[in-house]
Amino acid sequence: MAKSQQQPRTDNHWEQVARTPVFQELIRKKKRFILPASVFFLLYYFALPVVTGYSDILNTKVSGGMNWVYLFALSQFFMAWILSLIYVWHANKTDQLVQRINDQKEEKQ
Amino acid sequence: MNTTAFILFVLIVAITLLVTYWAAKRTQTTSDFYAAGRSITGWQNGIAIAGDYMSAASFLGIAGLIALFGFDGFLYSVGFLVAFLVVLLIVAEPLRNTGKYTMADMLAYRLKAKPVRSAAALSTMAISAFYMIAQLVGAGGIIKLLLGLDYTVSIIIIGTLMILYVVFGGMLATTWVQIIKAVLLMSGTTLLSVWVLQKYDFSLVTLFNEVAAQKGQRFLEPGLQFSNPVENISLGIALLAGTAGLPHILIRFYTVPSAREARKSVVWAMFIIGSFYIMTTFLGFGAALLVDEEKITAADKAGNMAAPLLAEALGGNFFLAFIAAVAFATILAVVAGLVISAAGAFAHDFYSNVLRGGKASDEEQMRVAKRASIGVGVVSIILALLAKDMNVAFLVALAFAVASSANLPVILFSLYWKRFTTQGAVWGILTGLISSVLLVLISPNFMPPESAIFPLKNPALVSVPLGFLGAWLGTLLSPRDQASEEKFTELYVRSQTGIGAE
Repeated sequence: MAKSQQQPRTDNHWEQVARTPVFQELIRKKKRFILPASVFFLLYYFALPVVTGYSDILNTKVSGGMNWVYLFALSQFFMAWILSLIYVWHANKTDQLVQRINDQKEEKQ
Repeated sequence: MNTTAFILFVLIVAITLLVTYWAAKRTQTTSDFYAAGRSITGWQNGIAIAGDYMSAASFLGIAGLIALFGFDGFLYSVGFLVAFLVVLLIVAEPLRNTGKYTMADMLAYRLKAKPVRSAAALSTMAISAFYMIAQLVGAGGIIKLLLGLDYTVSIIIIGTLMILYVVFGGMLATTWVQIIKAVLLMSGTTLLSVWVLQKYDFSLVTLFNEVAAQKGQRFLEPGLQFSNPVENISLGIALLAGTAGLPHILIRFYTVPSAREARKSVVWAMFIIGSFYIMTTFLGFGAALLVDEEKITAADKAGNMAAPLLAEALGGNFFLAFIAAVAFATILAVVAGLVISAAGAFAHDFYSNVLRGGKASDEEQMRVAKRASIGVGVVSIILALLAKDMNVAFLVALAFAVASSANLPVILFSLYWKRFTTQGAVWGILTGLISSVLLVLISPNFMPPESAIFPLKNPALVSVPLGFLGAWLGTLLSPRDQASEEKFTELYVRSQTGIGAE
């Protein structure tokens, strides 16, 4: 019983946070980065099995025995590293919004 | 027996047991046991994730694959790293923000605890068991090759050590065993790579020219080993979706104090893991050039001995012993991580929350956690002994397939779909788990390739959509769940901000 009486109050509280402009901005900023970034890395990654599986185009040599397929596979590592650093840089910025949400929450309490 | 190798093995055992002794004194509560008291820093956890993830199968298996079949092994490596982008961008921080010790904590947040935790515990234990048997059986074979120890003896030694680390030192000891292993593995791989590269003036083009001259240009092109593009795409799906559903990786995020540290740890892990997989090509091509192919296949048909034999060709007996010891440490760190993840699923999810309804005292939970670790360890040893002569390579693929089809769909739906219900979660987990296992049983892994009912060795291409479908249908076919939808906002705010995270 005690639990069901408490429930609506806590929910209202989270609903309130969810409706604040700062939280909305946080979600917007996160989505605007994470969605396109995910689409990008999925396309970039699956290009490797698809292109090597259905064509020989990447077997073209670059210099001596070195061919494009090795360089493209190698580039996947740098793609992942660079994207991870950009994400951290972006997330550190959105952390400031989280801090503001936290501050507002404390003011109210 | 190789005396140097033996001394190095004993040294590794001694150091890791000392670490366990040190950690045991600091492991008093369940939070210490499952999450190292959340005392691990971001970079430490990053190294530990790398140590948890880079298995002997990667180190010895991929180097061997490249040594025997050329470029294709590298195709395999790429997915292991890119998969961490899914972990970093989508899973790590929300999970850290809303969970306590296991993956199921997040699921149980808004759904009914008992059915959801039972299903999640089942998939976690299945994944850990598949992965563990693959590691142990491989380890038995490798140690026999490297040290001349009997298969049964090797399994019992490794099994006993992993139980000791976890039971006495919990997550803290496991973490430091994984860190030590990662440092050893990276040192060994770097040393081998530099040694190979200096023979070719540190020029990749020179190295590739030499490979093309000795092995033919075809060796540097894809398709020698993995010639079915659909199979390669299915493997890619399993790796990308599966890594973010591997319980033994996910629980590592609970060992750091915040989502920010969890994020930092993934980036550290990615730089270590990525460098490692790039270096597997130097090891593989180096072995292809510097060791006779007959010698590699004579030692082990699958090529597992390519890296150790390369070490012997370059640095003689001492270097061989060192690389053998690195492989040994690698195995220990991975199996310890698996024991603690399976024990957590049983003790924390199933016993404490399902059977005891969350009412067990911390002392009781600790006792059960330790007993569960012993139980998991002993069962694993027995299964590994029974599976001695089986070809277990498919088990790693199966573990990734279950992780991707049973776990990832429900993790995503729980975090981002308000309407999601308990029935949806249970159906999703069970559909993913059962379809992966069934598809593997009727695949070329078990049947002759010509007559296999399901043509792919890796089922993810079909089982991942099935997992999503099961979770989706299970939700739509159940009534709207008021409690789950009300709690969704709370979970959503907390997962995105970390407010109130433990």
